[in-house]
Amino acid sequence: MKKAEQITFEIDGQTCYAWPGQSILDAARDNGIYIPSLCHVEGLKPAGSCRICNVKVNGRNITACTAPVSEGMIVENDTTKLNELRKTIIEVLFVSGNHFCPACEKSGNCELQALAYKYQMMAPRFPYEFPDKGVEARSPLLFHDRNRCILCKRCVRGIRKDGKAVFAYSGRGGENLHIEMDLELAAQLSDEEAQAAMDICPVGAIIKKEQGYQTPIGARKYDQVPIGSDLIKSEEQDF
Amino acid sequence: MSKPILATTSLAGCFGCHMSILDIDERILELIELVEFNKSPIDDIKTFTKECDIGLIEGGCCNSENIEILKEFRKHCKILISVGECAIMGGLPALRNGISIKECLEEAYLNGPTVGENTAKVMPNDDELPMLLDKVYPCHEIVKIDYYLPGCPPRADLIWNALVALITGDELQLPYEVIKFD
Repeated sequence: MKKAEQITFEIDGQTCYAWPGQSILDAARDNGIYIPSLCHVEGLKPAGSCRICNVKVNGRNITACTAPVSEGMIVENDTTKLNELRKTIIEVLFVSGNHFCPACEKSGNCELQALAYKYQMMAPRFPYEFPDKGVEARSPLLFHDRNRCILCKRCVRGIRKDGKAVFAYSGRGGENLHIEMDLELAAQLSDEEAQAAMDICPVGAIIKKEQGYQTPIGARKYDQVPIGSDLIKSEEQDF
Repeated sequence: MSKPILATTSLAGCFGCHMSILDIDERILELIELVEFNKSPIDDIKTFTKECDIGLIEGGCCNSENIEILKEFRKHCKILISVGECAIMGGLPALRNGISIKECLEEAYLNGPTVGENTAKVMPNDDELPMLLDKVYPCHEIVKIDYYLPGCPPRADLIWNALVALITGDELQLPYEVIKFD
Protein backbone atom coordinates (compact mmCIF):
# COMPACT_ATOMS: atom_id res chain seq x y z
CA MET A 1 0.00 0.00 0.00
CA LYS A 2 1.27 3.40 -0.93
CA LYS A 3 1.64 5.84 1.93
CA ALA A 4 1.44 9.63 1.59
CA GLU A 5 4.74 11.18 0.42
CA GLN A 6 5.87 7.87 -1.09
CA ILE A 7 6.87 7.79 -4.75
CA THR A 8 5.95 5.10 -7.26
CA PHE A 9 8.41 3.17 -9.42
CA GLU A 10 8.66 -0.18 -11.13
CA ILE A 11 10.97 -3.21 -10.80
CA ASP A 12 10.63 -5.89 -13.50
CA GLY A 13 7.07 -4.73 -14.18
CA GLN A 14 6.02 -4.78 -10.52
CA THR A 15 4.75 -1.51 -9.04
CA CYS A 16 6.77 -0.49 -5.98
CA TYR A 17 6.74 2.37 -3.50
CA ALA A 18 9.70 4.19 -1.99
CA TRP A 19 10.44 7.07 0.33
CA PRO A 20 12.05 10.06 -1.38
CA GLY A 21 15.83 9.67 -1.33
CA GLN A 22 15.68 5.94 -0.65
CA SER A 23 18.13 3.78 -2.65
CA ILE A 24 16.79 1.35 -5.23
CA LEU A 25 18.23 -1.52 -3.18
CA ASP A 26 16.60 -0.53 0.12
CA ALA A 27 13.29 0.28 -1.58
CA ALA A 28 13.33 -3.06 -3.43
CA ARG A 29 13.81 -4.90 -0.12
CA ASP A 30 10.94 -2.92 1.46
CA ASN A 31 8.81 -4.13 -1.44
CA GLY A 32 9.89 -7.76 -0.99
CA ILE A 33 12.13 -7.84 -4.05
CA TYR A 34 15.62 -9.28 -3.73
CA ILE A 35 18.46 -7.47 -5.43
CA PRO A 36 21.71 -9.29 -4.58
CA SER A 37 24.35 -7.35 -2.66
CA LEU A 38 27.71 -8.01 -1.07
CA CYS A 39 29.28 -4.72 -0.03
CA HIS A 40 26.04 -3.22 1.24
CA VAL A 41 24.97 -3.43 4.87
CA GLU A 42 21.83 -1.77 6.16
CA GLY A 43 22.68 1.27 8.22
CA LEU A 44 26.08 1.90 6.64
CA LYS A 45 26.85 4.48 3.99
CA PRO A 46 26.74 2.62 0.64
CA ALA A 47 30.09 2.04 -1.04
CA GLY A 48 29.04 0.68 -4.44
CA SER A 49 32.28 -1.28 -4.57
CA CYS A 50 31.23 -4.86 -5.38
CA ARG A 51 28.85 -4.08 -8.31
CA ILE A 52 26.73 -7.17 -7.62
CA CYS A 53 23.61 -5.03 -7.19
CA ASN A 54 23.87 -3.75 -10.76
CA VAL A 55 20.42 -3.00 -12.20
CA LYS A 56 19.39 -1.43 -15.47
CA VAL A 57 17.68 1.97 -15.51
CA ASN A 58 17.11 3.92 -18.72
CA GLY A 59 19.34 1.47 -20.59
CA ARG A 60 22.28 2.02 -18.25
CA ASN A 61 23.78 -0.17 -15.56
CA ILE A 62 23.85 1.44 -12.13
CA THR A 63 24.47 0.11 -8.63
CA ALA A 64 21.16 -0.16 -6.79
CA CYS A 65 22.77 0.50 -3.40
CA THR A 66 23.97 4.00 -4.37
CA ALA A 67 21.25 5.19 -6.77
CA PRO A 68 18.16 6.85 -5.28
CA VAL A 69 14.70 6.02 -6.62
CA SER A 70 12.93 8.70 -8.63
CA GLU A 71 9.23 9.00 -9.49
CA GLY A 72 8.23 6.74 -12.36
CA MET A 73 11.65 5.03 -12.57
CA ILE A 74 11.65 1.72 -14.45
CA VAL A 75 14.19 -0.75 -13.09
CA GLU A 76 15.28 -4.06 -14.62
CA ASN A 77 16.60 -6.49 -12.02
CA ASP A 78 16.00 -10.23 -12.42
CA THR A 79 16.95 -10.52 -16.11
CA THR A 80 19.14 -13.18 -17.75
CA LYS A 81 21.68 -10.59 -18.83
CA LEU A 82 22.03 -8.94 -15.41
CA ASN A 83 22.21 -12.30 -13.65
CA GLU A 84 24.96 -13.42 -16.02
CA LEU A 85 26.86 -10.22 -15.29
CA ARG A 86 26.47 -10.86 -11.55
CA LYS A 87 27.66 -14.44 -11.95
CA THR A 88 30.74 -13.18 -13.79
CA ILE A 89 31.54 -10.78 -10.95
CA ILE A 90 31.24 -13.67 -8.48
CA GLU A 91 33.63 -15.75 -10.61
CA VAL A 92 36.17 -12.91 -10.71
CA LEU A 93 35.97 -12.55 -6.92
CA PHE A 94 36.52 -16.30 -6.52
CA VAL A 95 39.71 -16.37 -8.62
CA SER A 96 41.18 -13.14 -7.25
CA GLY A 97 41.29 -14.47 -3.69
CA ASN A 98 42.09 -17.75 -1.98
CA HIS A 99 38.59 -19.09 -1.43
CA PHE A 100 39.20 -22.60 -0.13
CA CYS A 101 35.62 -23.29 0.87
CA PRO A 102 36.28 -26.75 2.36
CA ALA A 103 38.86 -25.25 4.74
CA CYS A 104 37.06 -22.03 5.64
CA GLU A 105 35.29 -21.41 8.95
CA LYS A 106 32.75 -19.18 7.18
CA SER A 107 31.65 -21.86 4.71
CA GLY A 108 27.88 -22.27 4.75
CA ASN A 109 27.42 -18.78 6.18
CA CYS A 110 29.43 -16.97 3.49
CA GLU A 111 27.59 -14.50 1.27
CA LEU A 112 30.03 -14.85 -1.63
CA GLN A 113 29.60 -18.63 -1.58
CA ALA A 114 25.82 -18.26 -1.24
CA LEU A 115 25.70 -16.05 -4.33
CA ALA A 116 27.80 -18.60 -6.23
CA TYR A 117 25.21 -21.23 -5.25
CA LYS A 118 22.37 -18.94 -6.30
CA TYR A 119 23.88 -18.37 -9.74
CA GLN A 120 24.99 -22.02 -10.00
CA MET A 121 28.68 -21.34 -10.47
CA MET A 122 30.15 -24.79 -11.19
CA ALA A 123 33.67 -23.39 -11.70
CA PRO A 124 35.04 -19.90 -12.39
CA ARG A 125 35.95 -19.27 -16.04
CA PHE A 126 39.09 -17.29 -15.17
CA PRO A 127 42.57 -18.42 -14.08
CA TYR A 128 43.22 -18.51 -10.33
CA GLU A 129 45.54 -15.86 -8.97
CA PHE A 130 46.39 -17.49 -5.61
CA PRO A 131 47.44 -14.16 -4.08
CA ASP A 132 49.79 -13.99 -1.10
CA LYS A 133 48.70 -10.90 0.81
CA GLY A 134 49.45 -12.38 4.20
CA VAL A 135 47.54 -13.41 7.27
CA GLU A 136 47.36 -11.36 10.47
CA ALA A 137 46.94 -13.74 13.40
CA ARG A 138 48.54 -11.74 16.22
CA SER A 139 45.32 -10.18 17.50
CA PRO A 140 43.97 -11.94 20.63
CA LEU A 141 40.40 -12.39 19.37
CA LEU A 142 40.55 -11.99 15.61
CA PHE A 143 42.20 -13.76 12.74
CA HIS A 144 42.49 -11.70 9.55
CA ASP A 145 43.14 -13.57 6.27
CA ARG A 146 43.68 -10.92 3.60
CA ASN A 147 43.66 -13.54 0.86
CA ARG A 148 39.97 -14.16 1.50
CA CYS A 149 39.12 -10.45 1.46
CA ILE A 150 36.95 -9.12 -1.39
CA LEU A 151 37.65 -5.46 -0.50
CA CYS A 152 33.99 -4.63 0.13
CA LYS A 153 34.95 -2.22 2.94
CA ARG A 154 32.12 -3.39 5.20
CA CYS A 155 34.58 -3.69 8.12
CA VAL A 156 36.21 -0.35 7.26
CA ARG A 157 32.83 1.38 7.43
CA GLY A 158 31.24 -0.60 10.22
CA ILE A 159 33.79 -1.58 12.88
CA ARG A 160 34.96 1.18 15.21
CA LYS A 161 36.54 1.31 18.65
CA ASP A 162 36.12 4.61 20.53
CA GLY A 163 35.27 6.31 17.24
CA LYS A 164 38.39 5.03 15.47
CA ALA A 165 38.27 2.66 12.49
CA VAL A 166 39.80 -0.74 13.33
CA PHE A 167 40.22 -1.70 9.66
CA ALA A 168 41.59 0.50 6.87
CA TYR A 169 42.72 0.32 3.25
CA SER A 170 46.45 -0.07 2.70
CA GLY A 171 48.80 -0.47 -0.29
CA ARG A 172 46.64 1.54 -2.65
CA GLY A 173 47.46 1.93 -6.31
CA GLY A 174 48.76 -1.54 -7.03
CA GLU A 175 48.10 -5.23 -6.83
CA ASN A 176 48.90 -5.19 -3.13
CA LEU A 177 45.75 -3.28 -2.19
CA HIS A 178 44.48 -4.86 1.01
CA ILE A 179 42.78 -4.13 4.29
CA GLU A 180 44.94 -3.71 7.35
CA MET A 181 43.75 -4.46 10.87
CA ASP A 182 44.95 -2.03 13.55
CA LEU A 183 46.45 -4.42 16.11
CA GLU A 184 46.33 -1.94 18.98
CA LEU A 185 42.65 -1.16 18.47
CA ALA A 186 41.77 -4.79 17.70
CA ALA A 187 43.32 -5.84 21.01
CA GLN A 188 40.86 -3.59 22.84
CA LEU A 189 37.75 -5.11 21.24
CA SER A 190 35.30 -6.85 23.54
CA ASP A 191 34.04 -10.34 22.76
CA GLU A 192 30.80 -8.90 21.28
CA GLU A 193 32.68 -6.35 19.19
CA ALA A 194 34.97 -9.07 17.80
CA GLN A 195 31.91 -11.14 16.94
CA ALA A 196 30.38 -8.10 15.21
CA ALA A 197 33.58 -7.76 13.15
CA MET A 198 33.32 -11.39 12.04
CA ASP A 199 29.61 -11.01 11.27
CA ILE A 200 30.01 -7.85 9.20
CA CYS A 201 32.48 -9.64 6.89
CA PRO A 202 30.53 -11.26 4.02
CA VAL A 203 33.35 -13.80 3.51
CA GLY A 204 35.83 -15.51 5.85
CA ALA A 205 38.45 -12.75 5.94
CA ILE A 206 37.67 -11.81 9.55
CA ILE A 207 37.30 -14.82 11.81
CA LYS A 208 36.77 -14.86 15.56
CA LYS A 209 39.30 -17.20 17.08
CA GLU A 210 38.55 -20.47 18.88
CA GLN A 211 35.01 -20.96 17.64
CA GLY A 212 35.19 -22.36 14.10
CA TYR A 213 32.86 -24.99 12.66
CA GLN A 214 30.31 -24.78 15.46
CA THR A 215 27.24 -25.34 13.30
CA PRO A 216 27.08 -28.72 11.58
CA ILE A 217 26.83 -28.97 7.79
CA GLY A 218 23.16 -28.89 6.87
CA ALA A 219 22.19 -26.43 9.61
CA ARG A 220 24.16 -23.40 8.42
CA LYS A 221 22.57 -20.28 6.98
CA TYR A 222 22.74 -21.09 3.26
CA ASP A 223 22.77 -24.91 3.36
CA GLN A 224 19.09 -25.40 2.58
CA VAL A 225 17.79 -22.11 1.19
CA PRO A 226 19.28 -19.62 -1.29
CA ILE A 227 20.42 -16.18 -0.17
CA GLY A 228 17.52 -13.71 -0.30
CA SER A 229 14.87 -16.34 0.46
CA ASP A 230 13.77 -14.59 3.66
CA LEU A 231 12.92 -11.53 1.60
CA ILE A 232 10.99 -13.37 -1.06
CA LYS A 233 8.88 -15.08 1.62
CA SER A 234 7.90 -11.74 3.15
CA GLU A 235 6.43 -10.59 -0.16
CA GLU A 236 2.89 -10.70 1.22
CA GLN A 237 3.65 -8.22 4.00
CA ASP A 238 2.25 -4.74 3.83
CA PHE A 239 5.01 -2.16 4.03
CA MET B 1 24.24 -49.63 -28.88
CA SER B 2 27.08 -50.64 -26.56
CA LYS B 3 27.34 -49.07 -23.15
CA PRO B 4 29.36 -45.88 -22.69
CA ILE B 5 32.75 -46.51 -21.11
CA LEU B 6 33.73 -44.71 -17.91
CA ALA B 7 37.20 -44.13 -16.47
CA THR B 8 38.04 -42.46 -13.16
CA THR B 9 41.20 -41.39 -11.34
CA SER B 10 42.35 -39.61 -8.23
CA LEU B 11 45.25 -37.16 -8.73
CA ALA B 12 46.12 -34.83 -5.84
CA GLY B 13 42.93 -35.77 -4.01
CA CYS B 14 41.95 -37.73 -0.92
CA PHE B 15 39.65 -40.31 -2.59
CA GLY B 16 36.71 -38.56 -0.94
CA CYS B 17 35.16 -37.92 -4.35
CA HIS B 18 35.42 -41.64 -5.19
CA MET B 19 33.76 -42.34 -1.83
CA SER B 20 31.01 -39.98 -2.91
CA ILE B 21 30.58 -41.98 -6.14
CA LEU B 22 30.01 -45.04 -3.94
CA ASP B 23 27.61 -42.93 -1.87
CA ILE B 24 25.03 -43.33 -4.66
CA ASP B 25 24.26 -46.52 -2.65
CA GLU B 26 22.18 -49.15 -4.44
CA ARG B 27 22.15 -47.04 -7.59
CA ILE B 28 25.63 -48.49 -8.17
CA LEU B 29 23.75 -51.51 -9.56
CA GLU B 30 21.95 -49.23 -12.02
CA LEU B 31 25.26 -47.55 -12.85
CA ILE B 32 26.89 -50.80 -13.94
CA GLU B 33 23.86 -51.39 -16.18
CA LEU B 34 24.38 -47.91 -17.66
CA VAL B 35 28.16 -47.86 -18.12
CA GLU B 36 31.16 -50.11 -18.46
CA PHE B 37 34.14 -49.23 -16.26
CA ASN B 38 37.65 -49.10 -17.70
CA LYS B 39 40.74 -47.61 -15.98
CA SER B 40 39.53 -46.82 -12.48
CA PRO B 41 40.31 -47.59 -8.83
CA ILE B 42 36.74 -48.92 -8.63
CA ASP B 43 37.52 -52.01 -10.77
CA ASP B 44 41.32 -51.75 -10.30
CA ILE B 45 42.07 -51.62 -14.04
CA LYS B 46 45.45 -49.83 -14.03
CA THR B 47 45.90 -48.89 -17.69
CA PHE B 48 43.53 -47.87 -20.46
CA THR B 49 42.47 -50.94 -22.47
CA LYS B 50 39.81 -49.10 -24.49
CA GLU B 51 38.97 -45.62 -25.67
CA CYS B 52 36.56 -44.15 -23.10
CA ASP B 53 33.53 -41.89 -23.36
CA ILE B 54 33.65 -40.26 -19.94
CA GLY B 55 36.58 -39.58 -17.62
CA LEU B 56 36.04 -38.42 -14.04
CA ILE B 57 39.00 -36.59 -12.53
CA GLU B 58 39.35 -36.20 -8.79
CA GLY B 59 42.13 -33.96 -7.45
CA GLY B 60 44.29 -31.25 -8.94
CA CYS B 61 47.86 -31.50 -10.22
CA CYS B 62 50.62 -31.27 -7.61
CA ASN B 63 53.34 -33.34 -9.31
CA SER B 64 54.62 -34.55 -12.68
CA GLU B 65 52.78 -37.86 -12.42
CA ASN B 66 49.44 -36.06 -12.00
CA ILE B 67 50.11 -34.12 -15.21
CA GLU B 68 51.03 -37.29 -17.09
CA ILE B 69 47.88 -39.15 -15.98
CA LEU B 70 45.66 -36.16 -16.66
CA LYS B 71 47.04 -35.82 -20.20
CA GLU B 72 46.53 -39.55 -20.70
CA PHE B 73 42.91 -39.19 -19.61
CA ARG B 74 42.42 -36.29 -22.00
CA LYS B 75 43.81 -38.44 -24.80
CA HIS B 76 41.62 -41.46 -24.09
CA CYS B 77 38.33 -39.86 -22.95
CA LYS B 78 35.86 -38.00 -25.13
CA ILE B 79 34.45 -36.06 -22.18
CA LEU B 80 36.46 -35.06 -19.12
CA ILE B 81 34.77 -33.97 -15.92
CA SER B 82 36.50 -32.24 -13.00
CA VAL B 83 34.97 -33.77 -9.88
CA GLY B 84 35.35 -31.87 -6.62
CA GLU B 85 37.08 -28.74 -5.34
CA CYS B 86 40.63 -30.09 -5.73
CA ALA B 87 40.17 -30.80 -9.44
CA ILE B 88 38.41 -27.46 -9.92
CA MET B 89 40.67 -25.14 -7.91
CA GLY B 90 43.44 -27.19 -6.31
CA GLY B 91 41.54 -27.60 -3.05
CA LEU B 92 43.34 -28.27 0.22
CA PRO B 93 46.66 -29.28 -1.42
CA ALA B 94 46.69 -25.79 -3.01
CA LEU B 95 46.94 -24.25 0.46
CA ARG B 96 50.67 -24.65 -0.16
CA ASN B 97 50.53 -22.32 -3.16
CA GLY B 98 51.70 -19.34 -1.10
CA ILE B 99 54.68 -21.28 0.32
CA SER B 100 57.88 -22.22 -1.53
CA ILE B 101 58.61 -25.91 -2.27
CA LYS B 102 61.83 -25.67 -0.25
CA GLU B 103 59.96 -24.42 2.80
CA CYS B 104 57.27 -27.13 2.39
CA LEU B 105 59.85 -29.93 2.20
CA GLU B 106 61.89 -28.57 5.10
CA GLU B 107 58.77 -28.34 7.24
CA ALA B 108 57.73 -31.88 6.31
CA TYR B 109 61.11 -33.62 6.64
CA LEU B 110 63.36 -31.47 8.82
CA ASN B 111 61.73 -28.82 10.99
CA GLY B 112 58.11 -29.82 11.55
CA PRO B 113 56.97 -30.74 15.07
CA THR B 114 55.97 -34.24 13.95
CA VAL B 115 59.32 -35.06 12.31
CA GLY B 116 60.90 -37.99 14.11
CA GLU B 117 64.54 -39.07 13.93
CA ASN B 118 66.05 -37.60 10.78
CA THR B 119 69.57 -36.90 11.99
CA ALA B 120 71.00 -37.50 8.51
CA LYS B 121 68.65 -34.74 7.28
CA VAL B 122 67.42 -36.90 4.39
CA MET B 123 64.94 -35.46 1.91
CA PRO B 124 63.12 -37.82 -0.48
CA ASN B 125 65.06 -37.58 -3.73
CA ASP B 126 64.65 -40.82 -5.64
CA ASP B 127 64.38 -40.92 -9.42
CA GLU B 128 61.24 -43.03 -9.02
CA LEU B 129 59.45 -40.23 -7.18
CA PRO B 130 57.43 -37.76 -9.26
CA MET B 131 58.70 -34.18 -9.15
CA LEU B 132 56.61 -31.71 -7.16
CA LEU B 133 55.26 -28.79 -9.17
CA ASP B 134 55.90 -25.18 -8.12
CA LYS B 135 52.24 -25.01 -7.06
CA VAL B 136 49.07 -27.06 -7.25
CA TYR B 137 47.17 -26.48 -10.49
CA PRO B 138 43.45 -26.87 -11.25
CA CYS B 139 42.94 -29.54 -13.95
CA HIS B 140 41.46 -27.06 -16.44
CA GLU B 141 44.69 -25.06 -16.38
CA ILE B 142 46.53 -28.17 -17.70
CA VAL B 143 44.06 -29.74 -20.19
CA LYS B 144 40.62 -28.86 -21.53
CA ILE B 145 37.90 -29.89 -19.09
CA ASP B 146 34.35 -30.25 -20.39
CA TYR B 147 32.25 -30.17 -17.21
CA TYR B 148 32.64 -29.35 -13.51
CA LEU B 149 30.99 -30.92 -10.48
CA PRO B 150 31.80 -28.82 -7.40
CA GLY B 151 31.75 -29.99 -3.79
CA CYS B 152 34.03 -31.41 -1.12
CA PRO B 153 33.03 -34.01 -1.98
CA PRO B 154 30.38 -33.36 -4.66
CA ARG B 155 27.09 -34.72 -3.35
CA ALA B 156 26.35 -38.26 -4.55
CA ASP B 157 23.12 -36.95 -6.10
CA LEU B 158 25.07 -34.39 -8.14
CA ILE B 159 27.42 -37.06 -9.51
CA TRP B 160 24.48 -39.39 -10.21
CA ASN B 161 22.29 -36.69 -11.82
CA ALA B 162 25.19 -35.52 -13.99
CA LEU B 163 26.18 -39.01 -15.17
CA VAL B 164 22.58 -40.02 -15.94
CA ALA B 165 21.90 -36.74 -17.78
CA LEU B 166 25.09 -37.15 -19.80
CA ILE B 167 24.37 -40.78 -20.73
CA THR B 168 20.63 -40.47 -21.40
CA GLY B 169 20.71 -36.97 -22.88
CA ASP B 170 18.01 -35.81 -20.46
CA GLU B 171 18.19 -32.36 -18.95
CA LEU B 172 20.43 -32.12 -15.87
CA GLN B 173 18.48 -31.57 -12.65
CA LEU B 174 20.28 -29.18 -10.30
CA PRO B 175 18.25 -28.64 -7.11
CA TYR B 176 19.73 -26.08 -4.67
CA GLU B 177 21.00 -28.74 -2.23
CA VAL B 178 23.35 -30.44 -4.71
CA ILE B 179 25.63 -27.51 -5.54
CA LYS B 180 27.86 -27.02 -2.52
CA PHE B 181 31.55 -26.16 -2.25
CA ASP B 182 32.24 -28.01 1.02
